[in-house]
Amino acid sequence: MERKIRILVAKPGLDGHDRGAKVVAQALRDAGMEVIYTGLHQTVDQIIQAALQEDVDIIGLSIMSGAHLPICEKLMKKMKEKELEDTTVVVGGVIPTRDIPRMQQMGIKGIFPGGTPFDESIRWIKEHVKSR
Amino acid sequence: MGVAKYVKNDKDEVLDVILQSGIPIKPVYTRKDLEEVGFDPEKDLAYPGEYPFTRGIHPQGYRSREWTTRQYTGFGTPEETNERFKLMISHGQTGLNVAFDLPTQMGLDSDDPLAEGEVGRVGMAVDSLRDFEVAFKDIPLDRIGVGLTINAVASIMLAMFQATAEKFGFKKDRISATPQNDILKEMIGRGAWIFPVKPAVRLIGDTIEYSMKELPRTNPVSICGYHIRESGCSPAQEIAYAFEIANTYIEEVLHRGHSIDDFVRGFTFNINIFGNLWEQVAKFRAARKLWAINLRERYGAKDNRSLLLRGLFGGGGYGMTKAQPENNIIRGAYYALAAALGGAQTTALCSFDEAYTIPTPRAALLSLRTFQILMEEIGLRDTVDPLAGSYFIETLTKQMEEKIVEEMKRVDEMGGMIKAVETGYVQREVARQAYEFEKGVQKGELIKVGVNKYTEGDEMEVELHEYRLGSAEEHIKRTQEVRRVRDNRKVTQLLKELENAARAEKNVMPSLLECCKAYATVGEMTKVFKEVYGEFKEPSIF
Repeated sequence: MERKIRILVAKPGLDGHDRGAKVVAQALRDAGMEVIYTGLHQTVDQIIQAALQEDVDIIGLSIMSGAHLPICEKLMKKMKEKELEDTTVVVGGVIPTRDIPRMQQMGIKGIFPGGTPFDESIRWIKEHVKSR
Repeated sequence: MGVAKYVKNDKDEVLDVILQSGIPIKPVYTRKDLEEVGFDPEKDLAYPGEYPFTRGIHPQGYRSREWTTRQYTGFGTPEETNERFKLMISHGQTGLNVAFDLPTQMGLDSDDPLAEGEVGRVGMAVDSLRDFEVAFKDIPLDRIGVGLTINAVASIMLAMFQATAEKFGFKKDRISATPQNDILKEMIGRGAWIFPVKPAVRLIGDTIEYSMKELPRTNPVSICGYHIRESGCSPAQEIAYAFEIANTYIEEVLHRGHSIDDFVRGFTFNINIFGNLWEQVAKFRAARKLWAINLRERYGAKDNRSLLLRGLFGGGGYGMTKAQPENNIIRGAYYALAAALGGAQTTALCSFDEAYTIPTPRAALLSLRTFQILMEEIGLRDTVDPLAGSYFIETLTKQMEEKIVEEMKRVDEMGGMIKAVETGYVQREVARQAYEFEKGVQKGELIKVGVNKYTEGDEMEVELHEYRLGSAEEHIKRTQEVRRVRDNRKVTQLLKELENAARAEKNVMPSLLECCKAYATVGEMTKVFKEVYGEFKEPSIF
């Protein structure tokens, strides 16, 4: 039997607004994925550690604080160091449209600003992420 | 937005309306409905300013005093924030409500590696007394009350505020601070917690006890249903959870041997407004009554001043949408109306651009003007509690009351709010409802104009606040300079004394005041607490 898609839903940085992360986590679970939620206040290193330990196919970051650019930059750099380039990274939260091209350049594959319908993000994940 | 569940037939006639608190609305209300809910005008209403205060806490309402306007303000460096404070005051704002950046809220200095990228972003960066001296320069602190929107380290900020005021020559019995200081709601909804539940609640007890003796005009705690509602609970649960939290803090102080009438009048509330207008108004009226009953019957309060629910009723961010952002100006106006009809003492609105980032001066001023128009042009000061006696509003107020009591009972049976938070019960309940709500929006059962109805394809251009990249660096330099020139031996000794007080479970406030005066940093004081208390671990809720 094919393994379910495993996704790490992570809250990087100091922001504690986790309504979005928890709502999306529930939607992904209802869509048949295996969801691991990190909880709040995670450093980039902790997130990478959790991704390795849980052997996830995809990492979904939820960022509302405006610090998405520095956080993503740091995460993508460290992912490269840990040879985690195969793990897809997506970001949701308060993401201004003008920042999307820069995030894509960093290697963030999917960006889902607040209000993205569940169906859209779930479809995207199922199309772009193959569980191993 | 998402005001209620509407069931319609194919001719677009509304068949059923169910409010988020679970109360169905009828097409017509009559005297009979009042009888059915057992409405008694003497017992349920009385006069404004009289027990049970359903109609308001002042006999003359807004005739005797306008509400206080207190927009949430703060960003970048203390210099930038001071400028914005003065701008708002010069335009008629009557109070301040300070926004701190996330490192400050989490007790980290600006040069802490964990603070990288977040310094000054969602609020002002504060490391030491030097920063408050800059932020409050030329603000008449004997006249302008100051809300400090901070929780885990509220005790530190309150001490810092007192030290600043004294340095400027304002007497401690003249200044009025309102630190938010509600850690339980952070654990449920907003996430800016540091220490475990019990010591965190003890710190709140310390601030209440200290204010009672030293800072008589300060409101040491502002209990926030607001953020729990933002996180997904219903309006009835918002009030129920807020009261259960308040009762936890009350009991913390009662255990120290103080009498309820000595301290509880310093309690204030921060309550949210978005959604159905009627439900909001009924919520405020029911809440005022239940709070008075709670104090009198559960805690035996005798002083009338102890029974008053004083609140900042604020237009909630969750009601605002990123789509068609100018619609948020209209929404804000209706939320402000709800606050006025609900008898708010203090008001604030999320500005129309806040679904994107923190507000521009133009957006913040629009929020302030919204309130001013209501008070000056629309007639909201004319008479107290204008909706009183309406068949509908009085019925709904009684029904809200029942729902709130039901929810409180559920938490009581669990053993109170500390248990409910430690086991994750409330967090689970709130997250589940947030999910249900979002599904409702996505299915189109709950309407959000511009989001799932009357949508427009193109994104609207809005002028946004720009984060100034250099500001973090400037701020770090200043903090490092403070550390260089202060008397470091004295700081070390005072931090040791703070640690001793914390370990001995003595009230830490006097010690914090000394640390602040000696320019100890927020990060240094927090580190002491972390060593003594440890850190909160979130219960797993999935």
